[in-house]
Amino acid sequence: MTKVSMTVNGKPASGEVEGRTLLSSFLREDLGLTGTHVGCDTSQCGACVVHVNGKAVKSCTMLAAEADGAEVSTIEGQAAPDGTLNAIQQAFQDHHGLQCGFCTPGMVMSAAALLKDNPKPTEAEVRAYLEGNICRCTGYHNIVKAIMAASGQDVSAIAAE
Amino acid sequence: MYNFEFEKPATIADAVAALGAEDAQALGGGQTLLPTMKQRLAMPTKLVSLSGIGEMQGVCSNNDGSLSIGGATTHATVAAEAAAQYPALADLASHIGDPAVRNRGTIGGSLANNDPAACYPAAALGSGATIVTNAREIAADDYFQGLFTTALEEGEIITGVRFPVPEAANYQKFLQPASRFALVGVFVAKFADGVRVAVTGASEDGVFRWSEAEQALSASFSPEAVNGLQVDPANMMGDIHGTKEYRAHLIGVLTKRAVAAAS
Amino acid sequence: MPKDSGIGASPKRREDLRFLTGTGNYTDDINLSGQAYVHFLRSDVAHGKINGIDTAAAAAMPGVIRIFTGADFEGVGSIPCGWQVTDRHGQPMQEPAHPVLAQGKVRYVGDAIAAVVAESREQARDAAEAIELDIEELPAVIDMKEAVKEGAPKVHDDLTSNLCYDWGFVEENKPAVEEAFANAAHVTTLELVNNRLVANPMEPRVAVGDFNRATGESTLYTTSQNPHVIRLLMGAFVLGIPEHKLRVIAPDVGGGFGTKIFHYAEEAFCTFAAKALNRAVKWTSTRSEAFMTDAHGRDHVTKIELALDAENNFTAIRTDTYANMGAYLSTFAPSVPTWLHGTLMAGNYKTPLIYVNVKAVFTNTVPVDAYRGAGRPEATFQLERVIDKAARELGVDPIALRRQNFITEFPYATPVAVEYDTGDYHATMDKLIDVADFAGFKARRAESEKNGKLRGLGVNCYIEACGIAPSNLVGQLGARAGLYESATVRVNATGGLVVMTGSHSHGQGHETSFPQVIADMIGIDESMVEIVHGDTANTPMGMGTYGSRSLAVGGSAMVRATEKIIAKAKKIAAHILEASDADIELKDGQFSVAGTDKSLAWGDVTLAAYVPHNYPLEDMEPGLEETAFYDPANFTYPSGAYACEVEVDPETGKITIERFAAADDFGNIVNPMIVDGQVHGGIGQGIGQALLEGCVYDENGQLLSASYMDYAMPRADDLPFYQVDHSCQTPCTHNPLGVKGCGEAGAIGSPPAVVNAVVDALQSAGKDVTHIDMPLTPNRVWSAMNS
Repeated sequence: MTKVSMTVNGKPASGEVEGRTLLSSFLREDLGLTGTHVGCDTSQCGACVVHVNGKAVKSCTMLAAEADGAEVSTIEGQAAPDGTLNAIQQAFQDHHGLQCGFCTPGMVMSAAALLKDNPKPTEAEVRAYLEGNICRCTGYHNIVKAIMAASGQDVSAIAAE
Repeated sequence: MYNFEFEKPATIADAVAALGAEDAQALGGGQTLLPTMKQRLAMPTKLVSLSGIGEMQGVCSNNDGSLSIGGATTHATVAAEAAAQYPALADLASHIGDPAVRNRGTIGGSLANNDPAACYPAAALGSGATIVTNAREIAADDYFQGLFTTALEEGEIITGVRFPVPEAANYQKFLQPASRFALVGVFVAKFADGVRVAVTGASEDGVFRWSEAEQALSASFSPEAVNGLQVDPANMMGDIHGTKEYRAHLIGVLTKRAVAAAS
Repeated sequence: MPKDSGIGASPKRREDLRFLTGTGNYTDDINLSGQAYVHFLRSDVAHGKINGIDTAAAAAMPGVIRIFTGADFEGVGSIPCGWQVTDRHGQPMQEPAHPVLAQGKVRYVGDAIAAVVAESREQARDAAEAIELDIEELPAVIDMKEAVKEGAPKVHDDLTSNLCYDWGFVEENKPAVEEAFANAAHVTTLELVNNRLVANPMEPRVAVGDFNRATGESTLYTTSQNPHVIRLLMGAFVLGIPEHKLRVIAPDVGGGFGTKIFHYAEEAFCTFAAKALNRAVKWTSTRSEAFMTDAHGRDHVTKIELALDAENNFTAIRTDTYANMGAYLSTFAPSVPTWLHGTLMAGNYKTPLIYVNVKAVFTNTVPVDAYRGAGRPEATFQLERVIDKAARELGVDPIALRRQNFITEFPYATPVAVEYDTGDYHATMDKLIDVADFAGFKARRAESEKNGKLRGLGVNCYIEACGIAPSNLVGQLGARAGLYESATVRVNATGGLVVMTGSHSHGQGHETSFPQVIADMIGIDESMVEIVHGDTANTPMGMGTYGSRSLAVGGSAMVRATEKIIAKAKKIAAHILEASDADIELKDGQFSVAGTDKSLAWGDVTLAAYVPHNYPLEDMEPGLEETAFYDPANFTYPSGAYACEVEVDPETGKITIERFAAADDFGNIVNPMIVDGQVHGGIGQGIGQALLEGCVYDENGQLLSASYMDYAMPRADDLPFYQVDHSCQTPCTHNPLGVKGCGEAGAIGSPPAVVNAVVDALQSAGKDVTHIDMPLTPNRVWSAMNS
């Protein structure tokens, strides 16, 4: 067992982990942050995306030990302390960008990473960026629309609410 | 996953020492190794992370015009930092996996693994790159030795890769729709002394140079030069995503497109 | 003007707040104190005889609590099948036993042989690898037509063959159908495959069993679309636990699409083991495990023939289908290729004579059952493909051919035993032509051709039967369950309501849409209504959510219960206002006496119900809580017309979806935003089936498409924005809301549009291609163009 310490959503967090403990397991099982989901075992679905030192990573494909000393942010840290949703979360609700909610944490975290690098992405850029996030409910229509809306673009011309 | 000991050295020397342990394995970004270990298809007793080694990070230009990339440099970093000097390489890096994978996966990890459908082997072979290890330098032509097989010795680490920068280059990747690896990928690079064409995703022997196309393109760097050339389907991979014949056909199409895009 | 509340409005979803902040409660988020973990050792051969299982070494491994094998389940019931089909000769289908853990034989790759319960997940897996198996591999049957040949290896030794049933529908029509074909002016024939799919909800299945020795109560937390059905099937048929000692909870569920309807062995195992070990036992499926254990969908091989007269009127349809059941009968498997498929073969057309033959076949593959649409996509695909082919053979416009044969008068009794209540197929087609901008297609095709691409436009119609179902009818058809739905409406003293529904929401947004209905009925704010679902301990016995039934059936139960509430509340109001019941009106949350200015607020009446000081106690009990069980009089029949525009790269065969439009008639609509979202998702899955997804087994029964590395899930960059319209509305005539159901339409209506479009594109370039089997991979398209 190795001791790991990191900052998660601005708060210090630490624990004893095995070499094989994944960051996703550490977040879910040791810290109780079950908002990060695990939807596959081949590093493709993206339900587990979190930010490590400001970059989107798949927490199911990173060892907890690799995150020692890192700044980690998860879906639980996205809303304001009073519960007010951030712009991306709010856009997902406004535009029905989620149904069952399982892929949603990863979608929101990926969207946040995209908008940080590219504040006004085109439709094609949004779709390309979401290559590593699979949603089975929405057909992506309202997810793409929500992300474009969160970036401040007018999405009223995009068919159907 | 089977359990293992984890070590994260800060220098190449410490990493080499750590890898001296029996069944120790180097961990790059882990984007292939960790999923493989989840399936219990690999059981190292120790993983030596290379992500904490500062001297293996980053992209820099050399005096001879070539580009050196640290072995632990992520695809995202290559995509960003190689864009000015070697746009075709940066573009290739920007289409590996997905954004989150590109933030972890490394060039050294990809080349050490030598997946037959990976993109970087096409760039390295197509550019005539030099694989730099803790022990020696290996020409790309000598480095790739078949599926998941390379010239690396046990415990040898790719500390960097040196890319000569061609006059023109382009990579065309045709997606395998599930994995998003290359069903076929073709890297074309035009140098003053000739053209190199490297093909990934297609062959049963892994990445290879298509010498007929290289000769034709060295004589005339135009898409039409490839007309009538055909890779022998017999040596191609055939699977549920593409037959041998289809892969052989795509090599021709993508080579032309790469030439057109590079011209 | 869009409404801002009640029926027809699109309020923001209230469930989103927890899903967007990581505070949902999915089954894998549940961890009970003292919980142990189970790992299933699964067969890596498709067919084999178990000669021995040696668990001694594994049992001694660190953390191992106990190892179970099939021997531990002797005397435990078989996983039941919920539907019995009767064959052409009046005989019941062949129905094999389905043990919780394999007994004697393994029958598919993934069949569970042993279960290791240990202190941690990894310890359980470590120990499973130490179990020594002696399995004698037997020849496997994978191909359905091979499986039914004389002398084929048998999946189940105690059955007479691998044929589950040979079903004819309607058997009495057969001679007349033969005669119609003999007299036809034109016959179009098409052989096709409806590709095998994996539903792939993003949340893998999870089960947590728990047992309380003090009360003798078992609890199962599970990823289910219908916790009551699981409780009944598992309690009564497998484990012998009466309902009052068994609680099943399906909390937040991350998508279902059919594959979470069924009762699975892992659920029974965890419940059984928790009792045996007196501690909670948890199983979390990996995605790789899901590919080889979640029931698959579709997998039909069909020959369809369409007969037309000299005026191009459809005169008869004849189909011959092989339907894969897999190695065991999953919960609703037998019903999918029969009553959910044969009954839909009339489609939107007045074809007078139809005969459907279905041979259901056991193979050494994962069980196959309902997946979004279930039987109706298979019916729609073959019908709409053969009509398109006929139009091309006859040189007529495919839309005109469809229009000529549309059913236009309702109610309409089809020759395949169902009666459509309402519809207007010309209206949805007119709307589609507008929404999809057919007028601009020529110019778009010219533009594509300028860029070296081929462009095609494909159109199709669909009809489906959903809102399953009248219980007495499905009982005659072989259902072993009732298919009503339930709701209990509890009004609190201060006026708020809690609705306990037997429906289950796993993405459909019931927590938002159901209150819209009640708020409208009473005239109060939606925020005063809360929906409770997913727990057998606090909801009335209900049948759950599948087959696009929640609003049509579950919503109707809620309406009926609320009507009872209102009737009682009016009596209370009449008493207080000293008026006659008949004179009481309820509007905007106020009870008033007609023709007077006397009124009483909703909250005053609800308070009186629980503080019955001024109350007609001699006539009525206090309190305000009512339950209704609603059994529908008929299915509902949503319909629509879809259009797809594709570009084909002639050099590589790669298809891109350029435009996709849908015009649906769902009857009345409660929440347009949610309805659009359901259609989007269905279209995404339908395009996935058409272009990307397919389950492939090799000849030995190894699953080649066993992970996301080889099973192509649609991604954001595979799909376009969709144009969706549901302004054509012919309300359902037999449920109180006039609603029809929208959950499956997109998946039913979209695959033929895609394939029709690709054929159109290829023919525009002079290619003699009349059909390509799904998924239309670049390789397949390229091969078709170059053959």
